Order: sequence, then structure tokens, then C-alpha cells
Amino acid sequence: MSQDILVVVEHLDNVISDVTFELLGKGRELATATGGKLLAAVLTSSAQSLAEKLGVADQVIGVEDPQLQHFNPESYLTALSSVVEKKAPRLVLIANTSMGMDLGASLSVERNLPLVAYAADVEMEGDAAIVTSHLYGGKIYSESVLDADSGIVSILAGSFPAEPGKKDGTPELEILAAPPALSDTRLRFKSLIQPEAGDVDITQEDILVAVGRGIQSEDNLPLAEELAKALGGAVCSSRPIVDNKWLEKNRQVGKSGLKVKPRVYIALGISGAPEHIEGMKDAELIVAINTDETAPIFEHAHYGVTEDLFDIVPALTEKLK
Amino acid sequence: MVRADRFQRDEGVDTKPMNIVVPIKLVPDLVEELEINEDGTDIDREFLTYRINEFDDHALEEALQLKEKHGGSVTVLALESEETDKVLYTALAKGADRAVKVTGLPEGLSSHALARTMGQALSNIDYDLVLVGVQAADDRDGQLGVLLGKTLGIPHLSVVTDIAVEGNTLTLHKEYAGGIMAQFETEPKVVLGIQAARVIPRYAPVSRVRQLMKEAELDEVEASDIDLGSGTSVRRMYTPTRGEGAEMLEGDAEEIASRIADIINEKRS
Ligand SMILES: Cc1cc2nc3c(=O)[nH]c(=O)nc-3n(C[C@H](O)[C@H](O)[C@H](O)COP(=O)(O)OP(=O)(O)OC[C@H]3O[C@@H](n4cnc5c(N)ncnc54)[C@H](O)[C@@H]3O)c2cc1C
Ligand SMILES: Nc1ncnc2c1ncn2[C@@H]1O[C@H](COP(=O)(O)O)[C@@H](O)[C@H]1O
Repeated sequence: MSQDILVVVEHLDNVISDVTFELLGKGRELATATGGKLLAAVLTSSAQSLAEKLGVADQVIGVEDPQLQHFNPESYLTALSSVVEKKAPRLVLIANTSMGMDLGASLSVERNLPLVAYAADVEMEGDAAIVTSHLYGGKIYSESVLDADSGIVSILAGSFPAEPGKKDGTPELEILAAPPALSDTRLRFKSLIQPEAGDVDITQEDILVAVGRGIQSEDNLPLAEELAKALGGAVCSSRPIVDNKWLEKNRQVGKSGLKVKPRVYIALGISGAPEHIEGMKDAELIVAINTDETAPIFEHAHYGVTEDLFDIVPALTEKLK
Repeated sequence: MVRADRFQRDEGVDTKPMNIVVPIKLVPDLVEELEINEDGTDIDREFLTYRINEFDDHALEEALQLKEKHGGSVTVLALESEETDKVLYTALAKGADRAVKVTGLPEGLSSHALARTMGQALSNIDYDLVLVGVQAADDRDGQLGVLLGKTLGIPHLSVVTDIAVEGNTLTLHKEYAGGIMAQFETEPKVVLGIQAARVIPRYAPVSRVRQLMKEAELDEVEASDIDLGSGTSVRRMYTPTRGEGAEMLEGDAEEIASRIADIINEKRS
């Protein structure tokens, strides 16, 4: 086993995801602590152009195959597993994203390495890697110790700043031979599907009024719409509102929705699960109204109100008209 | 790239009926305040109310939709605990054909240990598809569906929102960030982590649940010789310090509304 930190580079349509730079920044810190190298694993059809964006790494390990152009849980696992076997890193850092969920857990079984998921922090304490995870919708934090001397940490997007992970320059690129089993997949990737353009683009709005399950019924949505109108903003929501089909998918903020960065974000009846926080935590001003004083949204808001939204919102709309 | 739309489901194609298994997890109701136990390494489970993991409700609904459309069967599976019977009877009332209770396991098992248990339980069941919830609130060491797929040696795909079946082929949508989706195809057997069913999960009439509690039998399977390890241990669990981020606004509704209006107006000016 080496003391190296291996970051799995996530990319979609040949663009490296933001979260990868967050992991690389953290990985750099951890590599300093362990005295190892920072390695970046690039699984793709052609690694060079992606490697050019990974200047912060000491070395890029590429596995190239046409089969790796798009994510496929089976071929990506085969490729990643070969990298991990060859490099035997101290820690594998992977994003706890849609792709990372498939990849991290299956790597854990494949290579018999322990895994801690939903991580918001990783620190070295002497020889031990300590991982802080956000569990129970963000209401409880847990500190895990990796018992083995090598392991996988699956990290929530938005946990670290991306800037420290961005650096010009192309590190040394080592291409590993693609394992023969790579194209032996039972899942077949067919296509990427782009979202339908909607009536509004919430990523471009200055002011957002976000509704969550606390709004209780579709019939109460006008309350939020009137507030948004008084502010000259738009309405967006958490995932359950979209799953209930009360609002269109293009209004969803979060992990599987859109990332927004408005000047003002007013969260009405949103608990603040990590998957929601990931999409809005960079808003300049966050005001949260939630009856539950232990709701994790208050960790991230600038101002909080533990009152019934149905009492506060009409009064607020009146004041802003 | 293709534009987003839900599958055009082909009514004409002959599709093989599928036997679907839905593992259900009971999780603490997050509306309640969660407290930490005495040694500070787990939540205090004594007075908690448990409910079905919300994504499992979606997995079950999707399974029932597939069965109603193409035939086959739905088996629900859950570990024994105080509230398991009610959740399983509710699933039967919604239309599941069979309910299996797995006995003989401690509380708070890791996902790794659960995957071994489920793998064992599934070896006695004839299945084509396993639909799990995409994740559960108390999971710390990874998503059961993925671990299970790998343990069983069958493919897995997480964050699935749409399933269409034609002949023996499944077409699946996996959600990425920003509303982008990937379309995959595969054949059974496969484990899918369901994010959302195609329709809002149905409710079970309470009278029907009560009736089934009197009439229907739950099957029981005893777990044996499971390696409970996950390779990680919890050193500390804690609740984050509340409101550290937010300045809390107090007063009556009018006062609070005025404060918020001032804060926003100042930001906007
Ligand atoms: C892979 C994956 C991707 C996901 N992607 C997203 C995503 O993109 N976006 C997203 O939002 N979620 C996403 N989720 C779901 C996420 O985990 C949560 O389930 C979701 O964010 C919860 O939404 P909520 O806060 O509206 O509902 P809840 O968690 O149910 O919270 C409702 C809140 O309303 C409060 N409330 C109730 N009544 C009132 C009242 N009268 N006044 C004031 N407050 C009240 C309650 O105290 C509670 O805190 C994803 C999950 C997974 C697994
Ligand atoms: N103890 C359990 N009993 C039955 N199903 C489970 C259990 N734990 C996890 N699952 C299933 O696996 C999914 C993902 O859970 P988790 O691995 O805890 O994130 C859940 O939504 C369930 O479908």
C-alpha cells in the first residue's frame, strides 16, 4: 500500500464536474498529511484533454477505451478497479454523486475496501483517516474511522471549495492498459438526454422563493408565487414538490436539479437535506422559515425563523408590495 | 443529444412478466428530534417512530406499476423490527403479492452486512428485478442496492427514475445533475436504485391493511452466519450546533415579516 491519495475524476460530455476540483483540493491537503502523492484517475475514451485541467495532481492515471466515453457502472468499475489494484492508494476519494454512488460502493465490494459515504469532511489524525458524514437528512453528523489501512471515501458535492483544486499545467500522464473485461457489460449506455428548456431559468434569477414539503399542498403555491412577484423573483423548490408534479423539473434546486447562486434565497418549509443544500448553499443571502428548530437548513441560512410559514409569508408579502 | 421526454410506452410488444423484489427499510421519522445515545456512537433508538424510507415507497410503486402493466409478481422484504409487520401489511394492501420478514439480525446493521444478508435471502426467491430505494437516511457505508448487485454478481444502476420494458429488454433513465439523464438498456437480472416512481406512490386503505393483518401471513426467513463487519467504525455521532449559521429572528408574525423585509431590501438596494 502507498500513502497516495487517489481522486476519481468525474466528467460528463467531456467536461470535468466541479465536484472533482473540490475533491482534488482536499486530496492535495490529505496527500501533504500522508506524505504521499496526489493521483487523479481519469477513465475516458481519451485522457489527454482532461489531464490538461488537472494541474494540481502529481500524476494522472488514465484508462482509455471507447467504452469509457460515457459513464457505465460496469466498465467504469473494471477500469477503476485496475487503477486501484495497481496504485494501492491510501485513500480513494470519489464524489457522492449519481455516478459516484454506483462506482464507490461497487469498488468497495470488488476490491474489498471499506467505504464511508455521505462524507462532508476527511482528516488524517496520525495514521488514521477520520471521515465526517452527514446522515439523517443532515440532522446528525458521524465520525467514522477506517479500520483498514486503505479505504474509499464518497464525498458530498459542495463540501470543499473548488479553487484549491484548480491549477494550470498538465501533470505526468500514465496510461494503463485497458482491462479486457471492459467491454463485457450487461448494461448498455444509449444516450444522454438534455432537459427541456422551461419558462424560466432559475439559475439566472436574482431572487428565489423556494418551497419545500412544508407548503403542504399544491393549492398553497400561490402564497409563494405572490411573494416572488412582490420581490420580482421566481419560485423554485425542493425535489418532493417536483416529484409530486406541483412544479416543473426545471424549478428543482439541488443534487439532481439545478445549482443556483441568487442574491436572495428564501426557503419556505425546506428541511435542508444535503441533496438540497448542495444546490443553494452559495446564495448570497439565505432566509429560512421552518417550524422545526432542528432543521439542518438553519446551519446554512443567514437568517432563520422557526414559525409557521403560513403566518409569516402573507405578512411578508404585504410588507414588500 | 435527445430531448427529454418520458418513455412512449409501447402497448403492443409482448413482454415477459417479471418477478420483482422490493427490499424495504424502516428509518426514523426525520420530523422528530433525533438524540444521541449514551456512548455517543449512535442515535438513541428507544423512543423513535420508524417509517418506510420515502424512496422505498417509490420503489414499491414502480414495482406495482410494472406488475399491473406486464404481469408478474411483487415481493416485499424487510428486516424484523417492531414496526415491520405494519409496513409489510401496508405493502400487501397496496398490491404486493408476498411479504417476507427477515429475522435474527441486530439493529443498525451496516449496508455491507445487509447486502450479505439480502443476498442470502434472495437466493431462495425467484426474481428478475430488485428495486431498492436510491438511498436511506441512516446509511453510512454506501447504498445497499449497489452493494447487493455486486454481491449477487448482477448489474446495478442507481438514481433511476423511469423504467420501460419491451420484450426482455429494460430501458432505464438515470438522473445526473442539472436535469440531465442518461438512458441505459439491460436485461434482467438487475438491481435498480429508484429515485422516483413514474406516479406519486399510492395510499393503502387503512381498512384493507387491518383486514390483511387478520387474514394474511407474512413469510419468515432467518438470517444465518452473516459477517457483520463493514471495515469502518463510528467513533462519535453528534448533532451539529444549532443555528450556528443563522441569526434567528424572533417576535410576532408582523415583527418578523418587517425584519425580513428590511434585510431583503437592504440586500437589494
Ligand atoms: C440521489 C438523490 C438526489 C436528490 N436530489 C435532490 C435535489 O436535487 N433537490 C432536493 O431538494 N432534494 C433532493 N433529494 C431529496 C432530499 O434527500 C430530500 O428528501 C428533500 O430535499 C426534502 O425536501 P423538503 O425539505 O421539501 O422536505 P422535508 O424534508 O419533508 O422537509 C419539510 C420541512 O418543512 C417544515 N415544515 C412543515 N410545515 C411547515 C410550516 N407550516 N411552516 C414552516 N415549515 C414547515 C418541516 O419542519 C420540514 O423541515 C435527492 C435525494 C437523493 C437520494
Ligand atoms: N434493513 C433493510 N431492509 C430492507 N431493505 C433495505 C435495508 N437497508 C437498505 N435497504 C434497501 O436499500 C435501499 C438503500 O438503502 P441504504 O443502503 O441504507 O442507503 C433502501 O431504500 C431499501 O430499499
